[in-house]
Amino acid sequence: MNATATSQLAQAPAHTEPRRRPGHGKRNRLGLSYLALVVLALFALGPLVTLVFNALKSNAQIGSSPLALPTSLDLSSFVEAWQRGNFGTTMRNSLIICAGSVVGSCVVAGLAAYALSQLNVRGSNAVVAYLFLGSALPAQLFLVPLFFLWTELGLTDNLLGLIIIYWATDAPFATLLLRSFLLKIPQDFAEAARLDGASEIQIATRIVLPLAWPGFVTVALIVALWAWNEFFWAITFIHDPNLRPISTSFLAFQDQYSTDWRLTSAAALFMLMPVVILFLALQRRFVAGLTSGGIK
Amino acid sequence: MKDIPARTSKAPAAPPSRVSRSRRRRLLRGWGFLAPLLVLNVLVVVGPSIATIYYSFTDWSGLGPATFVGLANYTRAFGDPRLREALLHNGIWFVLFLSVPSAMGLLGAYLLSRIHRFQMLFRAIYFIPYVVASVVNAAVWKMLLSPTNGIGHLLGEWGVPGIGDVAFLGNPATSLLSVNFVVNWHWWGFLAVIFFAAMQGVDPQLYDAAKVDGATEWQQFKAVTIPGIRPTLVFLSLMTVIWSLKAFDYIFIMTQGGPAGSSELVSTLMYKVAFSDYEAGYAAALGLSMALVTAAVLVVYQYLRKKGWEE
Repeated sequence: MNATATSQLAQAPAHTEPRRRPGHGKRNRLGLSYLALVVLALFALGPLVTLVFNALKSNAQIGSSPLALPTSLDLSSFVEAWQRGNFGTTMRNSLIICAGSVVGSCVVAGLAAYALSQLNVRGSNAVVAYLFLGSALPAQLFLVPLFFLWTELGLTDNLLGLIIIYWATDAPFATLLLRSFLLKIPQDFAEAARLDGASEIQIATRIVLPLAWPGFVTVALIVALWAWNEFFWAITFIHDPNLRPISTSFLAFQDQYSTDWRLTSAAALFMLMPVVILFLALQRRFVAGLTSGGIK
Repeated sequence: MKDIPARTSKAPAAPPSRVSRSRRRRLLRGWGFLAPLLVLNVLVVVGPSIATIYYSFTDWSGLGPATFVGLANYTRAFGDPRLREALLHNGIWFVLFLSVPSAMGLLGAYLLSRIHRFQMLFRAIYFIPYVVASVVNAAVWKMLLSPTNGIGHLLGEWGVPGIGDVAFLGNPATSLLSVNFVVNWHWWGFLAVIFFAAMQGVDPQLYDAAKVDGATEWQQFKAVTIPGIRPTLVFLSLMTVIWSLKAFDYIFIMTQGGPAGSSELVSTLMYKVAFSDYEAGYAAALGLSMALVTAAVLVVYQYLRKKGWEE
């Protein structure tokens, strides 16, 4: 849809051009547009690129010329940062948290979205409105009692405890997104299966939900991204260094080696690279997911 | 919704009692599917939120018993100079966070809509800072804003006066603005992509009509583009109020609200009150007040939407 709109817009000036003054003005302005776009691109990416430079430079070189290209390719910073920061452990923790969040969110949101799109539940509009409005409320509203409740339940310093919070905070977004996919599937499918005697859970998991697989892929990507990057809940609920996810372990590492930018940059790249690679590979899905319901 | 008539058309075939029972069963089934979501939400969000309301009227420390103190926490909030300062910072934050990224986002989106090649590439590049973790972005800018070898230091060495040894994050005069700058840096590209998508939805014929009337590009932008994406602009402006209140990560990571409270926001202040000062009751009152402001914004949003600005 975007593509067609773009091509329409693109054609419009071409039609009118001959009628107006022909010429250089237009091309110059197009050139100016590209120039401005490149400047903006440098502004957006430049700071992140300096991470790569710094990770490859020595600290003396960073001190003397912080923004310059590295003169040598010294990869030892990565090995050193990996070992000193215990990133093997914390990255594993983060992968567990990501996987747990994704699976749980998909199950919880999948079931809810099925009810909200296929079952004509009375009161479903109120639930949808609540999901939309509720996710706008600040975490500060429930943070303090939640922390003491989780302490009582033994869920602080506990990966599952953190994962449950992510389920609860991400499921509204996931439900709304999946619902928008499921609304396009006619209820006749479910109705036909129901007449054949299939149970409701069979209909949901075998027939209807698989049809919304693109929605599940988007939800999985976004929930995994949030779980990987998440900081606020992680730093509040996980204090044990061996249970930390990569985000808070990176922060601790940065505090500890605050003057060692070679190591800090290398550690930052551990956290950054998986996200950027995945984003570049699945750009459309990320952008669609994050701009539709991802406003959080 | 559309399928309801199809379903009721079957109803006359069955006796009424069976219909109502199967309908009740279906309703129960529906809520059964919703149960995991609702239980989780009650456990994590609704329950603790109600507890916050209760604790905001007590002197609870976070441990042990809570004594009812009436409105003491709220009267205290009105006289709290730290809170007043934090609210002022939230105000500054809101104005900057609303204006700067929107202006840059509009510029980026407008430029994107004028080109044909590399559109997707630029879009991806602008979006990347938004998907990068706050801890990483904050670390990058801590380096770049450092007085010993950041950008300012470099400019100073090149002979730019007055910038060589500015500790942007360590100076009370610049700390808030510096963190806000970093947040805007990671945010504007996201807005650019949203605005760009909205601009694709503007009817191209409107531009043709404006051109026939001899409108300049700036006039077209003002008279066609901006009204065309107005629902997006209004929605994002309202959400910006909420997001400004929620702002936490970058402040907490880069300055911890300091130095000397110069970059403290209500959210970071509330966090400190709860977990450093052990005044959970007072923190609850602050958290509840933030939620009430958010709720008010949502009411305004619903009101404006009903009044029909979306058409």
